[in-house]
Amino acid sequence: MFAYIVRRALQSVLVMAAVAFVAFALFQYMGDPINQMVAQDATLEQRNALRALLGLDRPFYVQFLLFLKNLVTGNFGFSFRVGTPVAQIIAERLPATLELVFVAALFALFVGVPAGVYTGLHRHGALSRFMLTVSLIGVSLPTFLIGILLILIFAVMLGWLPSFGRGTTVQLGFWSTGFLTTSGLKALILPSITLGLFQTTLIMRLVRAEMLEVLRADYIKFARARGLTNRAVNFGHALKNTLVPVITIAGLQIGGLIAFAIITETVFQWPGMGFLFITSIQFVDVPIMSTYLVLVALFFVIINLVVDLLYFAVDPRLRVDRSVSAH
Amino acid sequence: MRYVMATALAVAMAALPAHAKVLRYSTNADLLGLDPAINNEGPTNAMKTNLYEGLLYRNFDLSLEPALATEWSQASPTVWRFKLRQGVKFHDGTPFTGADVAFSLTRYQSEQADMRGYMATVKEVKVVDANTIDLVTNGPDPILPQQLPLFFIMSKVWAEKNNTTQVVRGTSAPTFINFNANGTGPYKLVERVADNRTVVEPNPLWWGKLDNGITRAEFRPIANAATRVAALLSGEIDLMYPVPSQDKQRINSTKGTKVLEGPELRTIFFGFDQHRAESLDMKGSGKNPFKDKRVREAVYKAIDIQSIARVVMRGESRPTGSMVAPGIAGFSAEVDKRPAFNPDEAKKLLTEAGYPNGFQVTLDCPNDRYTNDEAICQAVVPMLARVGVQVKLNAQTRSLHFDKIGLKENRNTSFYMLGWTPGTFDAHNMLVNIVTMDGPGAGQNNSGVYRNAKVEELTLKAGTEMDPKKRLEMLAEAQMIHKNEYGHIPLHQQTLAWGVRDEVIHDSVKPRPSNDVDLRQIKMK
Repeated sequence: MFAYIVRRALQSVLVMAAVAFVAFALFQYMGDPINQMVAQDATLEQRNALRALLGLDRPFYVQFLLFLKNLVTGNFGFSFRVGTPVAQIIAERLPATLELVFVAALFALFVGVPAGVYTGLHRHGALSRFMLTVSLIGVSLPTFLIGILLILIFAVMLGWLPSFGRGTTVQLGFWSTGFLTTSGLKALILPSITLGLFQTTLIMRLVRAEMLEVLRADYIKFARARGLTNRAVNFGHALKNTLVPVITIAGLQIGGLIAFAIITETVFQWPGMGFLFITSIQFVDVPIMSTYLVLVALFFVIINLVVDLLYFAVDPRLRVDRSVSAH
Repeated sequence: MRYVMATALAVAMAALPAHAKVLRYSTNADLLGLDPAINNEGPTNAMKTNLYEGLLYRNFDLSLEPALATEWSQASPTVWRFKLRQGVKFHDGTPFTGADVAFSLTRYQSEQADMRGYMATVKEVKVVDANTIDLVTNGPDPILPQQLPLFFIMSKVWAEKNNTTQVVRGTSAPTFINFNANGTGPYKLVERVADNRTVVEPNPLWWGKLDNGITRAEFRPIANAATRVAALLSGEIDLMYPVPSQDKQRINSTKGTKVLEGPELRTIFFGFDQHRAESLDMKGSGKNPFKDKRVREAVYKAIDIQSIARVVMRGESRPTGSMVAPGIAGFSAEVDKRPAFNPDEAKKLLTEAGYPNGFQVTLDCPNDRYTNDEAICQAVVPMLARVGVQVKLNAQTRSLHFDKIGLKENRNTSFYMLGWTPGTFDAHNMLVNIVTMDGPGAGQNNSGVYRNAKVEELTLKAGTEMDPKKRLEMLAEAQMIHKNEYGHIPLHQQTLAWGVRDEVIHDSVKPRPSNDVDLRQIKMK
């Protein structure tokens, strides 16, 4: 197991280096950051002086190698736009995104799985049909539109929830949390529903399909024949056997949540990393963009690793295989 | 316990003034930073104007009034003399002196300061006595006072104490001064969190008197236009700009909110390549049609500006024949008259010039810089096709567009769109940047290299002419020559729109032509 984790960690370093390389190659075509940093009537000399100062006059591969070298030493550089160290900015924004993704993922799981089980068990119920119809909306409407619709209903028409921002946050060491204040919690509701809706419907449909498949299996029939309670059959046997694909998809989707947070954060002016990334693109803020992309790659790698490890927990056969091969 | 809380609440309430009025305002992007000597951008400069002061202050109508200087005069052609206001203190209580002016000048003139253009002609600050200073210029500079509202004075003592005397472009060291401010301005900084909020409160030490009712102002940028509108409608913010055209109706029809409209100072125009012997799009022909005045005139007359104003801009533009907006010093009503739209004459002119079947050209356009920029260019394509000019549209994001038409790619364009607001509110700035090549610092944005000897001469002269009347005549004459040569095609000035909650914003508030918020010019009910 340990060797497996080490091997995966080494692979992930390669993945991140590749992501950084591709990102850097793309940044060469994004236009000149200098244009955003100087006044419209700045002279060519002023522009060139700034370019030299930032090291942007050096060839692409030199810039890339310098970035890698600094990355290894934990130095992510300075943001062109904000003028503070990238590490500090990301540390400020990370809690906002992670809290949003956390709530959205909880929402997706705790609504998606039960709804999936229910619609799987009661295939022709009126409620099932209703849930399936609603889920179609979740799958087909783009995220920004859902966000705007929620804002229109809950902020503009009803005035219950804020339309933008994070509310009041409380600082716990380096972590700023919105979980401890009423306004912080209220501010979380709309963005996390917006962000999690697609995943909710995806999980629901996946669980439903798997349930339908499993419920037809022989061992379920035998379990019923043995006189086990419905509860034990549905949840103890059927649901558990649907979980392997669900965990895979849900795991990957958490990575997707972090990436999709870009759109949700832009709609709700959520001060997280996704929003930071969008502003950085407009400003051609290369240090922020490259660090963000490497970080997101890191998240994906970690999540995949965790998903792989979860398989062992859920599927006993994998554990058996391992122990057999060890002989 | 309940008693303790009740007492605490009562104390907290008593601490607030009877009518605490918090102004929450928003626009689409955050400030670039608070360092007075860098971050030369409209809304950022407006926030700096709340916190810092210059020797002079620019009113809503663009006129100048005393600020840190109470009087100003010309001691000699190269010396501007200022009487300093007495008893002024910075936010931290340090007294303001002539030494602070001299110190601020050295900061403005340092290598990395992108505000240095405003003080480029100043050689030194001479402290004459405790309440008089001289600004000594390299040569006669008639428009120096126009630049002074953006020459923000900071405290020398404070800068030294906080180790921030050097101007640093936030790329090699954390920049204290981008997140802190200590000026003499009417507002002092309470909090700044990048991309989130900037909070200011009235400065009790300010020499002037604030009667706008604002006890606290929170600037909260919201990038997404739809969210910004929603936040206004739901009452979470009190004032925001820009308002998207499609949402005006909604804001006006909602009780408690309305749209305020006004003219903007930026002029949008097209420019032609007039220097290459061969057009970029006509390789091998050895011809550049835009070198011929008749072709430029034909293109000008083939553009139906009224239709653009009506359809593309939905009535939110002011068609113009001038390269500067009304209100800018040197604006001339005569120049502003546009030659009439006349496609038949355009066709005739092209035939005379030897292009009866027209020619091909690429139009370079930004797609995220000006209001409807790409849509305007799209509308022009069929208008020019009608007279035979086949236009290939190249619309792209602003950073790529400005690289392409700018000096970075050596003015790699034949036909392009650009917008310009003279930073000095004076037409001379436009002449230097857009229509001349020879003077000091000239031609940075003259992407088509328009050049006329008489215009060059007049622009140079106007740069040093100290008689205001003669100067304005020179500016008008230069613009007239340029207009008659069809050097560029001015299109329009955009209309700007602010959304406000009229229950809290006073009826006298109007949107500033520079489209930014100077808190002194906002009033709450």
